[in-house]
Amino acid sequence: MTYTRETDHGTPPAIATGKSVTLTIDGDTVTMPEGTSIMRAASLTGCSIPKLCATDNVESFGSCRLCLVEVEGRNGYPASCTTPIAEGMVVRTQSERLKQLRRGVMELYISDHPLDCLTCPANGDCELQDQAGAVGLRDVRYGYDGATNMGQAKDQSNPYFDFDPSKCIVCSRCVRACDEVQGTFALTIEGRGFDSKVSPSQGQDFLSSECVSCGACVRACPTATLTEKKVVEVGTPDRAVVTTCAYCGVGCTFRAEMRGEELVRMVPWKDGKANRGHSCVKGRFAWGYAQHRDRILNPMIRASVEEPWREVSWEEAIAHTASEFKRIQSKYGTRSIGGITSSRCTNEETFLVQKLIRQGFGNNNVDTCARVCHSPTGYGLKTTFGTSAGTQDFDSVMQADVILVIGANPTDGHPVFASRMKKRLRPKDGKPGAKLIVIDPRRIDLVKSPHVEADHHLPLRPGTNVAMLTAMAHVIVTENLFDEAFIRERCDWDEFMDWAAFVAEPSRSPEAIEPLTGVKAEEVRAAARLYATGGNGAIYYGLGVTEHSQGSSTVMAIANLAMATGNIGREGVGVNPLRGQNNVQGACDMGSFPHEFSGYRHVSDDTTRSMFEKAWGVPLDAEPGLRIPNMLDAATDGTFKGIFIQGEDILQSDPNTHHVAAGLAAMECVVVQDLFLNETANYAHVFLPGSTFLEKDGTFTNAERRIQRVRKVMAPINGYADWEIVQSVANAMGLGWTYDHPSQIMDEIAALTPTFAGVHYDRLDVEGSLQWPANEAAPDGTPTMHIDGFVRGKGKFVVTDYVPTDEKTGPRFPLLLTTGRILSQYNVGAQTRRTANEAWHPEDRLEIHPTDAENRGIKDGDWVSLRSRAGETSLRALITERVAPGVVYTTFHHPDTQANVITTDYSDWATNCPEYKVTAVQVMPSNGPSDWQRDYAEQARHSRRIAPLEAAE
Amino acid sequence: MSDENHVMSTEDRLIYMVNQIARNVAALGEEEAVTTTADHIRDFWDPAMKQHILALTRTRPEQFSAIAAAAVGRISVP
Repeated sequence: MTYTRETDHGTPPAIATGKSVTLTIDGDTVTMPEGTSIMRAASLTGCSIPKLCATDNVESFGSCRLCLVEVEGRNGYPASCTTPIAEGMVVRTQSERLKQLRRGVMELYISDHPLDCLTCPANGDCELQDQAGAVGLRDVRYGYDGATNMGQAKDQSNPYFDFDPSKCIVCSRCVRACDEVQGTFALTIEGRGFDSKVSPSQGQDFLSSECVSCGACVRACPTATLTEKKVVEVGTPDRAVVTTCAYCGVGCTFRAEMRGEELVRMVPWKDGKANRGHSCVKGRFAWGYAQHRDRILNPMIRASVEEPWREVSWEEAIAHTASEFKRIQSKYGTRSIGGITSSRCTNEETFLVQKLIRQGFGNNNVDTCARVCHSPTGYGLKTTFGTSAGTQDFDSVMQADVILVIGANPTDGHPVFASRMKKRLRPKDGKPGAKLIVIDPRRIDLVKSPHVEADHHLPLRPGTNVAMLTAMAHVIVTENLFDEAFIRERCDWDEFMDWAAFVAEPSRSPEAIEPLTGVKAEEVRAAARLYATGGNGAIYYGLGVTEHSQGSSTVMAIANLAMATGNIGREGVGVNPLRGQNNVQGACDMGSFPHEFSGYRHVSDDTTRSMFEKAWGVPLDAEPGLRIPNMLDAATDGTFKGIFIQGEDILQSDPNTHHVAAGLAAMECVVVQDLFLNETANYAHVFLPGSTFLEKDGTFTNAERRIQRVRKVMAPINGYADWEIVQSVANAMGLGWTYDHPSQIMDEIAALTPTFAGVHYDRLDVEGSLQWPANEAAPDGTPTMHIDGFVRGKGKFVVTDYVPTDEKTGPRFPLLLTTGRILSQYNVGAQTRRTANEAWHPEDRLEIHPTDAENRGIKDGDWVSLRSRAGETSLRALITERVAPGVVYTTFHHPDTQANVITTDYSDWATNCPEYKVTAVQVMPSNGPSDWQRDYAEQARHSRRIAPLEAAE
Repeated sequence: MSDENHVMSTEDRLIYMVNQIARNVAALGEEEAVTTTADHIRDFWDPAMKQHILALTRTRPEQFSAIAAAAVGRISVP
């Protein structure tokens, strides 16, 4: 593909009314949807009306006066961006008078714009330059001596883009993009008339303003006023390849804009169905880790973790890995080894790792990081609905009337979807915004932010989700707010009656549980009534639901609420888990769990297993394998001795670091395949360098079940794509794999997985994406699930009894710690910490309420020790009312904080998903890092040594 | 639970896990709770864990809830 900008039709598509209008533009008769602007209609027929203030991802504004047209029978020269088409209209886009007017307008713009085009970073990619050419500007009669806005200082505070106000034409596109697309309202036009200026927040610089660096303004800017620093440094791109972001589960698609093999910028793709042309600071800008000097490019081995690493050839590393695994199995048995697939790698790579384990290791000891995030979603939604995934696409939120957010912080964790949600929460064109209920211990940004305010915020005590949701169910049942017709048709009525009797018990009423949750009963009742009766009710939830000892129960309690109110099976409703990592949905779909094959089919199912046995030519184990925490237990017991870990840092991300470290230390062969020497690699014996998403082909599946292509834009600097490395290991173990391209792996997945039967690369290339199930029954995929009935047949109401966690506060540990993430950092930070995103969040901080801080003599910014029954660490305090008294909060992005030293090994009863969200702790002033942190830093440094290469003979 | 810093032994954890499952499904009524707990172990526990928990019902029977004990009694160990 050669480089062209995506076509900009000037104004967004009209809201569909089903009616169309026929008109004439420059002599051509055209038919377009009612409500379309003249500008868009002209653009869609291949004619481009000059424009500056219009762009099709924001509403028309009508300020630049460049897009004037003539309409027969109308006086004057209407702006084509703000004038809708009408039946029989006759439009002329070019005439002598129009030329004259446009030149006059352009002349004024250029009279206050520097003429340094040749050295300007936007040279060749500047709309002002293009439009000056389009209107035939040849002269500026005003001279350049008058008043001017040129010569102003640049704001270079943002690490990714510069703001050069001298080049600003005050078209307001950036301001409107910030408002309408991102929903942050960080930019404004300050001053009036000639003095009008774009200003972040209240005259601040970009970095210290409310700007979240999503890049929407940079993309909207028609000049070099807002320009990516990388473009300033490199120049314009010469080709663009559409690919999928490797950060969160939203799955934004981007145009990777390249010059040669150098990535110049990532620009969100307008046709991407997950992101619709929007992005966040991570996907848009934070990809520098891909070329970071910390990347390990050569395979390494060592006999013990006390030794420094020794760089070896790929052949030696692969042969060593295979021989170690074989040796361990012959000494300790078939089930003594296993592996972990990566939610950051592609579907194809994940499928190969689990295949290596099931086919090559001959056991089912495979797990994935979904164990520690959404495994309860898999269990809960499979049990109640019959399928382990969210029910909607993201577009569905635009049809919601009531949005219930529970245990999720979308503006930080899933920012691009949050922007869409906020769009629906704001009133538009006379239509009121959706109502919002937030159930979260913290006052997250959605509770109150510009033009968005929750109707009900239920700040419950961590660990009381099930009691809260059951109390809402109590209200719905006892006040007769349930949808009887829906339940009778779609669900098992007897099960509903059992459940209804259970939730209706007075002991489960909002009043009865108020002392437990700390939330006023009247608020709970009001929220329940709103969800049940407010129209389309859509539930969005995150790890605040799943990462509890009752994570699976909470997921089922959510499903119960949706079924009881008939909020399932159409657009605008549903149960929507916001998945954490880019491909965690895909990793689960691909059979990464120890009890099931791809497509969520249990290993004990003879029909499925024999299909895989036939395809893979070996007998397969019918018994479930070990989950990650079980592997670590077995390792400390001496029965589990070797592990293959692809793209996962369990030492940092999994709970109770001491337990993880002890497990890893007890193994004889730990193989880590990763971009960097991560924390887990401190305990590894073999390191296989991984490749980034820019360096390979494949697919990711996002939280909507949407399968999207990942496309290689540069050669892997480590030498091989991850799927090739796994294939080498498999072949060294004698498996004889012969894949030449990931498309062949997807063909195998499709052949073995009924829900993926219609998924092939040629089809994905044509469609852009497909949402599974995509097969004969649903050739175009499935945006909304359970439309005519539940996948399992009848929806199942499951009684979810509230069982308090055993992690309790007491005199020594009086506070509850809950953990989460922040916008600029991602997960364990391995990627984002190696980018300029550190500018926003250079360290993990402990959020603590002013009362709790004052009682302990803690001031903002002080070092504090954080201690639980599991361990102790220290970090700096951040005093804020976002957390309630009695609750403290931190992120887990930095290894020097190691928040998981604190978290315990309590876990979800059904899936062993760790209880990250509830830890009883004490917080005290401290002088700095704890002894443990210093020891850890020393151990990490010691373990990361790489021996110098010996001189060749 | 004491306030002492400790990591559960694998044996303690297995007993904790089965009791936790039993406690979470207890509201289904005894018979269904036993069946659900047994099915859960069958579907999600690896063979060594199954053998281990069965052995523990013999050596440490007093630590199992009634539902948990009955459920473990029903699992077939491969």
